[in-house]
Amino acid sequence: MFIPEKDKGKTPILEVKNLGIDFGGLTAVDNFNLTLGRTEIGGLIGPNGAGKTTIFNMLTKVYEPTRGEIFFDGKSTKGMSTVDINKAGMARTFQNIRLFDKLTVEENIKVALHHTTNYSLIDGMLHTPKYRHEEFRIRKEAMKYLKIFGMTKTAEYRAGSLPYGAQRRLEIMRALATKPKLLLLDEPAAGMNPSETSELMDTIREIRDRFQIAVFLIEHDMSLVMGICEGIVVLNYGRVIAKGWPEDIQSNPKVIEAYLGKSRGKMEEEEEKEKADIEKALRKGRLESAASGKPDRKEGE
Amino acid sequence: MAERAERILKNIGLRGLKNAVKGNDYRREASISYGILVGGYILLQLLTAAGLISHNLQGQFVPICVYISLAVSLNLVVGISGELSLGHAGFMAVGAFGGVLMSRILGQSMSFEPAIVIISMIFGAIVASIAGFIIGIPILGLRGDYLAIVTLAFGEIIRNLMNVMYFGFVDGKLKFAFNHTIEGIEDTDRIITGAIGATGTKTMSNFTWGLLLCLFTVFIVLNLKNSKQGRAIMSIRDNRIAGESIGLDVRKYKLMAFVVSAALAGMAGCLFGLNYSTLVPVKFNFNTSVLVLVFVVLGGVGNIWGGIIAAALLTVLPETFRQFADYRMLTYAIVLILVMIATYNPSIKSRLNAFLGKIRPKKNKGSSKAKRKKSGKEAE
Repeated sequence: MFIPEKDKGKTPILEVKNLGIDFGGLTAVDNFNLTLGRTEIGGLIGPNGAGKTTIFNMLTKVYEPTRGEIFFDGKSTKGMSTVDINKAGMARTFQNIRLFDKLTVEENIKVALHHTTNYSLIDGMLHTPKYRHEEFRIRKEAMKYLKIFGMTKTAEYRAGSLPYGAQRRLEIMRALATKPKLLLLDEPAAGMNPSETSELMDTIREIRDRFQIAVFLIEHDMSLVMGICEGIVVLNYGRVIAKGWPEDIQSNPKVIEAYLGKSRGKMEEEEEKEKADIEKALRKGRLESAASGKPDRKEGE
Repeated sequence: MAERAERILKNIGLRGLKNAVKGNDYRREASISYGILVGGYILLQLLTAAGLISHNLQGQFVPICVYISLAVSLNLVVGISGELSLGHAGFMAVGAFGGVLMSRILGQSMSFEPAIVIISMIFGAIVASIAGFIIGIPILGLRGDYLAIVTLAFGEIIRNLMNVMYFGFVDGKLKFAFNHTIEGIEDTDRIITGAIGATGTKTMSNFTWGLLLCLFTVFIVLNLKNSKQGRAIMSIRDNRIAGESIGLDVRKYKLMAFVVSAALAGMAGCLFGLNYSTLVPVKFNFNTSVLVLVFVVLGGVGNIWGGIIAAALLTVLPETFRQFADYRMLTYAIVLILVMIATYNPSIKSRLNAFLGKIRPKKNKGSSKAKRKKSGKEAE
C-alpha cells in the first residue's frame, strides 16, 4: 500500500508478492500484492467469498500458498509453521471467535503470555517459589491488558460465557499479549452495534499508538474501515480490484460494482443485449429444426 | 482513559455478565480434593479401629487408593487434555512390574521398607513414563476415536509383553529372558515368570502409603492444571487452531499430559503390585482401563474430586453387593446407568438443578441457565 510518511525508510513489516492459492482446480486467490508499513493500519475489504480470510490464513500459514512469497519483517516465511509465525511476531484473531472457552478471561491472556513465562514443568508441578514469582508477574501483566480494554471486572469469568462484544475484545487482547509486531484482525466489529464499533475504532488506534505495531484488518463495516484505515485493498473473486486511500476507494466504480452490483443504466443495457441474444438463438434453433424436419416439441422433452 | 474504560464496561462489558459463569476456583478444588482424601482416611481408620469394617473391605483399602490415583491421573488425559485414552492399565502394568522388580532388587541389600517403597514407586513412574513417551510420540498426531483405539491396542501390547517376560536371580545376579524360563533358577528366586506374573513379592503396602500416593497424585495434577503448562494443555483442548495461532506447540503439550499421566499411573501400579504377593498380567487387561475411564466419566470429566468419589464408591460397591452374588454385576450396571442419566441427561439435570437451587441459597443461579443456553448453541 502507500506507506505513510512516518514509516518511510524502514523495512515494511509485511511484503507480499504475487501470492496465490489453488484448492483443487479452483483459484481462490491470485496475484495478491501488498506492502504494509511498520505502524500502518491497513484494511482488506471485499464481498463475501472474495478470499479475504484465505489471505489471512496464508499469512499465518494455516494454508501454504501455492504461488508467491511473503516477507515478514524482511524475512521470507517460507517453510514456517503457524507456531513459528506467531513466534516471529504475527498475531491474529478469527472471524468466528476462537477463545479458550472453559478458561477464564485472565487465563486466556496468561496462555498468550506463555512464551514470556519462564519456569519449567517441574516448577509448574511442584509450585516452587520460581513458579509463584512468575505467576505473580504475569498476573499483573494480564491485568494490564484487561485494563486497556476496560475488562478488569470480567477477569474471573469463563471466556465462553461472556457477551459477544467482550469475547471479540478478549480475542484481540489475547493476540496482543503475544507481543506481535503485526496484528491481523478478522472482522473485529462483526456483530457490534454502532456505539461499540466506534469504541473499537478508538481502541484499535490506541493499540497502534501505544504498542507501535502495524494492524491489518478485514472488515465489512465501512464506517470502521473508512474511519481508521490508512490504506485499503479491495478484493473480489480472489483478485485485487482496487487499492488506495479510503477516499479513492469510496468513489471507485469497480468497488461500487463489486459491492452493490451494476448501475441501473448499465444493467438495462446488458439485459437488452441478453434478450436479443436469446431471441437470436431461438430463431436460429427454430430454423434448424424446421430444416431437419423435426417437430419443435421434441426438443423440450 | 479510566473514563473510557468505564464507558466500555457500561456499554458491553457487564451488560451480559449476569449470564456469565465464573471460572474454575483452583483453591476450592484443591481443598475439596484433599479434604475428601484425608477425611476419608481418618473416617476409615476410626471405623476400622472400632471394628465396624469387614476384613474383606479392609483388604480393599489399598486398591481403592490405587484406583483413585489412576482416575485422577487419567483425568489429566481425558479431562484436561481432552483426549480419550483406553490404555491406562498398560502403564499401570509397566509401573507394577517395574516397581516389583525394583523392590526385589533393593530387598537384597536393604531392609528399610519405606525407602524401598519410595524408590520402587519412583522407578515404576520412570519406566511407565518412558513407555508413555515411546507410545505417545507416534500416536498423538491422531485425534478422538482413532487415538482411543490405538491406545487400547498399545495397552494390550504392553500386557502381552508382560506375559512373555521372565526375570529372576541366578547366583545373586539379575537375569532376564523372553519366552522361556531362565535356566538354573530356584523357585524362590523367581521375580516375574511370564503369564504367572510376579511371585514371591514381599507385600509392603498399607493404607497410609495409599493415602500418600493419592495425595501426591492429586497434588501433581492440580498443580499442573494451574500452571503455564496446564493452561497450554487446556487451551489446546478448547481450541487447537487458536492455540497454534498464539504459538503453542500442540504435540509437545499433548505428549506432556500423556507422559505425566503415564508416570502417575506407573506409580499407582507399583503400589498395587506391592500389595499382593502374586500378581498376574491378566489383571491389567482392557477391562481395567475401561473401569478407570468409568470412574473419570462418572465423576465428571475434568473434575478431580468427582473422580475420587466415583473411584472409591465403585470399588466398594461391588464388595457390598457380594451378598447378592448372582445379581452383583447387574446391580452395578444399573447403578452406573442411573447415575449417568441423573448427571448427564439435560432435562433431568435441569430439574435436578432447579430442585437443588430451591434448597441451596441462590448462589449459582446464573450458571445453570448459561450452561443450558450453551448446550443449545452447541446443538445448533
